[in-house]
Amino acid sequence: MSTENNILVKLHNAGFKQNNKWLVEGVSLTVEKGKIVTLIGPNGSGKSTTAKIALGIYKNIEGNVEKYTNKVGYVPQKISIDWTLPLRVCDFMLLTESISEKDIDEALSLTGVIHLKNKNLGNLSGGEFQRVLIARAISKKPELLVLDEPVQGVDYTGEIALYELIKNISDTLSCGILLISHDLHTVMTATDHVVCLNGHVCCSGSPMDVAKNNEYKALFGEKASQILTVYEHKHDHVHSEEGEIKKN
Amino acid sequence: MFDDFFVRALFAGIGIAFVTGPLGCFVVWRRLSYFGDTLAHSALLGVTMAYTLDLNIAISVFLISSVIALILIQLQKKTNLPGDALLGLLAHSSLAVGLVVIGFLTFIRFDIMGLLFGDILAVTTDDLLIIWTGGALILLVLKLIWKPLFASTVNYELAEAEGLNPDKAKAIFTILMAAVIAISIKMVGLLLITGMLIIPAAMARNISDSPQKMVLFSIIGGLLSVVLGLYSSLEFNTSSGPSIIAASLVLFILSLFKIKQSIKLKN
Repeated sequence: MSTENNILVKLHNAGFKQNNKWLVEGVSLTVEKGKIVTLIGPNGSGKSTTAKIALGIYKNIEGNVEKYTNKVGYVPQKISIDWTLPLRVCDFMLLTESISEKDIDEALSLTGVIHLKNKNLGNLSGGEFQRVLIARAISKKPELLVLDEPVQGVDYTGEIALYELIKNISDTLSCGILLISHDLHTVMTATDHVVCLNGHVCCSGSPMDVAKNNEYKALFGEKASQILTVYEHKHDHVHSEEGEIKKN
Repeated sequence: MFDDFFVRALFAGIGIAFVTGPLGCFVVWRRLSYFGDTLAHSALLGVTMAYTLDLNIAISVFLISSVIALILIQLQKKTNLPGDALLGLLAHSSLAVGLVVIGFLTFIRFDIMGLLFGDILAVTTDDLLIIWTGGALILLVLKLIWKPLFASTVNYELAEAEGLNPDKAKAIFTILMAAVIAISIKMVGLLLITGMLIIPAAMARNISDSPQKMVLFSIIGGLLSVVLGLYSSLEFNTSSGPSIIAASLVLFILSLFKIKQSIKLKN
């Protein structure tokens, strides 16, 4: 019963058709409180579509979606802000919810863009804007975070820091996260559950299970699965108190 | 005090400017200027209906404009024509039908120029009542739907994903557009109402860096245009609508200097 209560969003056999073409079909997945679910897959495999189904942006879907929360933070993959709108970062932070000045400052500091608070949104670089998008999504302390390629365009060190931040948020706010990422390294280190998509669910499970799956290897190649093997390798031994390495 | 036609016109204009300011910002942000034109053109049909059925002009215009807006939404769903073609179709056909109907109503003497360009002599105390109560209602509703409307103007999917129901806000905003046209038609005239919505907002865009400021400056710009326009209308015996719009154009041109300055500062 306790796990039932922890469910934030549940897709059952969900799919979406546009112009008589399936963008994605037969997706079942569950995002629970405090858990990170990652969607991986090649371009056009329906990752963003799946996220939009989970968010309720697409209306005429097949299958069903049960959403148990309205406190949602969303970082879309693509967003274009119109020049006709004079919008500063601090205005943008208040877009969907009225949050306190303190929470705004805190979120902007966490993503390292507090100095841009009064800047016009149109004057930001791609990476800066991405950090603002993440700050906006976390500042409202959501129960469900949906992050679609959240670190695109962010510099390398920033990328690592932001993924750490995302992991921290899932722990401290105990919110559920649906993450879309191209970065297979991240998938392994922070994720509880991986769903591998290619128009449908190829395979899903813990990062380890997915890495061993043959369909995954076929989709991403041997090299990708070696990344996971390297990671797995780290865990095939334990350190004794004397610092000696003991094989499992 | 409302015995004087000029005082009535002034108060009518001020009431209208308070409403067109914020609504005009959304018209600019959401790229709805041609949509506003379409509703305004269809207002002529509303005026003829008011004369034939002996209704209040504002109420009749509001009804017809709302119906046209609904037809437009249906046509957008059912046909493959692009939005601007549908708008053109509705704008010109409703204007044409309106003019044809006027041709049949030979027993009523129409002041066509007044309808098209506004007439300050025509504002009655009843009109004032409609403008101020209607205007207050429009602003109240706009305040209630501000958050979802604004959020979906910035990004529809963000608003939808985070549970703000942007479709409902958009439908309500369409009704508000019909309402603002209904209350301002006598004053500004149906050919120039969209100007009253857009030009002060465009002027405000040039001098503001946040949405709240743009709304504020848009209202101030509208108020100045009304006062300047009406006084010159009285002075030079010109139609009230064109005089107000010309005044707002002057303000817009002045606002361009501010842009030049800020570009210089940036370099």
